[in-house]
Amino acid sequence: MSITVSLPTILRPYANDQRRVEADGSTLANLIDNLDLTYPGLKSRIVEEGSIRRYVNVYINSEDVRFLNGLDSELSSGDLVDVLPAVAGG
Amino acid sequence: MTLRISQQLVDEIVAHARQDHPDEACGVVAGPIGSDAPTRFIPMINAARSPNFYEFDSTDLLRLYREMDSNDEDPIVIYHSHTHTEAYPSRTDINYASEPNAHYVLVSTRETGNDDGPYEFRSFRIVDGEVTEETIEVTA
Repeated sequence: MSITVSLPTILRPYANDQRRVEADGSTLANLIDNLDLTYPGLKSRIVEEGSIRRYVNVYINSEDVRFLNGLDSELSSGDLVDVLPAVAGG
Repeated sequence: MTLRISQQLVDEIVAHARQDHPDEACGVVAGPIGSDAPTRFIPMINAARSPNFYEFDSTDLLRLYREMDSNDEDPIVIYHSHTHTEAYPSRTDINYASEPNAHYVLVSTRETGNDDGPYEFRSFRIVDGEVTEETIEVTA
């Protein structure tokens, strides 16, 4: 069961400069663990102490996972996951 | 390092900052990938609606990046205003900066608020927590 993950510019160097990668996972947490096996270092840029980093947005099929079940959100084959850093500041 | 930007885009960014004062205004100027040329002005809503914080709404953010993707565009300029302090990146701006290829433009409306008059308009690169101010060349 393959999920497509779209990566932002700042994370592409961790994934051989690819813009989109494929991975498996039954939940978002599971998917990110699997991605980190292939592309070490990716996970720590997205997850911190068991939650998604404050300044990173993750979407499943265009839905912000903060409005789903966060890292426990379930995934099905063919889903599209987008990772985007927040554009924010003070 | 230099930001080359048209007078019209400068005017649009400043007008947006004045309009949203005393809250911070924010947005992007997109341009063709790899061109370093800002062309398409995209004012965004500050979801924080705050005088000392700005954040693109997460749904708007995804839509914006999808749109730029399908147009083969990059965010060439990411701008926001400071309404009470100088046009220099704050610690929060530096922590959140995640587009190493973008020109981070800051406008300060502290002098004139919603009105016409002098303003500060400065541009920076923010890479790995390092801020470097750059020159601005305004074109016709």
